[in-house]
Amino acid sequence: MRPILMKGHERPLTFLKYNRDGDLLFSCAKDHNPTVWYADNGERLGTYRGHNGAVWCCDVSRDSMRLITGSADQTAKLWNVQTGQQLFSFNFDSPARAVDFSVGDKLAVITTDPFMELPSAIHVKRIARDPSEQTGESVLLLKGPQGRINRAVWGPLNKTIISAGEDAVVRIWDSETGKLLKESDKEIGHKKTVTSLTKSSDGSHFITGSLDKSAKLWDTRTLTLIKTYVTERPVNAVTMSPLLDHVVLGGGQDASAVTTTDHRAGKFEAKFYDKILQEEIGGVKGHFGPINALAFNPDGKSFSSGGEDGYVRLHHFDPDYFNIKI
Amino acid sequence: MAQAASRSKLRWGELDDDDGDLDFLLPPKKIIGPDENGVKKVIEYQFNEDGNKVKITTTTRTRKLANARLSKHAVERRSWAKFGDAVHEDVGSRLTMVSTEEILLERPRAPGSKPEEPKVAGDPLAQLGKGGAVLMVCRTCGKKGDHWTSRCPYKDLAPQGEGLDKATAPEAAAAAPGGATKGTYVPPGMRAGADRTGTDMRRRNDENSVRVTNLSEDTREPDLLELFRPFGAVSRVYVAVDQKTGMSRGFGFVNFVNREDAQRAINKLNGYGYDNLILRVEWATPRAT
Repeated sequence: MRPILMKGHERPLTFLKYNRDGDLLFSCAKDHNPTVWYADNGERLGTYRGHNGAVWCCDVSRDSMRLITGSADQTAKLWNVQTGQQLFSFNFDSPARAVDFSVGDKLAVITTDPFMELPSAIHVKRIARDPSEQTGESVLLLKGPQGRINRAVWGPLNKTIISAGEDAVVRIWDSETGKLLKESDKEIGHKKTVTSLTKSSDGSHFITGSLDKSAKLWDTRTLTLIKTYVTERPVNAVTMSPLLDHVVLGGGQDASAVTTTDHRAGKFEAKFYDKILQEEIGGVKGHFGPINALAFNPDGKSFSSGGEDGYVRLHHFDPDYFNIKI
Repeated sequence: MAQAASRSKLRWGELDDDDGDLDFLLPPKKIIGPDENGVKKVIEYQFNEDGNKVKITTTTRTRKLANARLSKHAVERRSWAKFGDAVHEDVGSRLTMVSTEEILLERPRAPGSKPEEPKVAGDPLAQLGKGGAVLMVCRTCGKKGDHWTSRCPYKDLAPQGEGLDKATAPEAAAAAPGGATKGTYVPPGMRAGADRTGTDMRRRNDENSVRVTNLSEDTREPDLLELFRPFGAVSRVYVAVDQKTGMSRGFGFVNFVNREDAQRAINKLNGYGYDNLILRVEWATPRAT
């Protein structure tokens, strides 16, 4: 395959997200402008201007009309996907890290970093159908875990919130009461910071990637560990194929150490593993730095990766990918 | 074979033939369609080898599949106006480019082979994690796979004791008794005791690399891949392309995961007729630098 290279960002990529139809690809980077691309040919559709800091995360509503972004400028912003117009800005006292729309797009979860004595927190906001009625009030505020919360997503039927972060523990919270329901076991769980968390397309299980050089597959309801994928470099990004039993891990050596070694030694490939056999299927090379973001197209026929090198690489699979045998 | 070639494409080799001049006597090419089913008919006339006029009718059908899958909203979004920085995008800015290199999903081992098989072109970092890392040989105490030379716990007990550089010199002399005596300089990479990390990395592209020359100018990487894949797992395919003209320069390289596969490909494909040319396939010798 010949990947499509998209050079719209001037700083390292942080997050990638496809909309539900898989025709748009949203990219966030440490420069201040989240960007939307056509996912088939990589043409840039537009940028969302208004943030004043690195943008860490984004999510798009099911009807592809609203975009929410979380940024280090201590805001999370709602956007009109079509026009790039800013609809609302949630202001916090510390950088916003993860954002996620609930099923039905009526609620959004936003996490904020520990900052100036403030602990990290998970905020739940109500998203109004009409942007003019939008308010910044929190429905629920969760505090407790130490360190940054890198990802927070909604569980089945919006009843739970799953969070993971610097303390390496995956937690499931009740989204009504804010009670902590489950916590991953210290023994079998991750040993270092969890950098990414992605749900499967049906939401029944999710995968976490960690700096302890492994990725783990968990059951969404019971938080039982299903599988572990071991690799030889820190994992910054994980995703799962909606079509085949494949998981993709992206990472590489620490960005600060990149210049000290040969670029081939850095392990900057996106590694494909068999979801069930936990065996490596192959690697896709290309980035000149660690991979920070990965996303699979909902149709399972293409995936994109975003690197520390500022490039988004969009890969449409060759036909023979679909009958790879272990 | 000759008929098929003269019918579809005219090669430069055939242009010099004297019968090419009679083409103006033929009726012009006729194209009918495509109709609502996507069926297109092309009628051409040509002289065959015996100088007789031949009518060639080609019927093709184009099917549209891609559009069927797009949702109504996605089609609508396709015509959205650009916004933000994308409005003032320069034509020459080239934000989106198709990679010039063919990227393959690189299999960790050839399909069907056993998992225990050691990696042929394994890279140094991967082997570090494994138990029997042959790469890691301490030059001070000679212990394998336990620690690096710089971390040697027996450093102080070594005869020289001063440091790394001193410790490697006698080792090099002892290990390469053939030519080098103690006085001559041996580059670090050539020393027998030295770990070959540096050279291994540089030469990785040359390993099991096969040079293919006398390629026709419209041969591209996928064609070459198709030609060589039956012999075994291919890790890289490259066709040299002229930067200015975009035309193939007529040679390329194919890297195999396994050396035996490469040898078989050479045996089979050297002298093979491909696209009217006789291929020359041989081992790619590393550049003398």
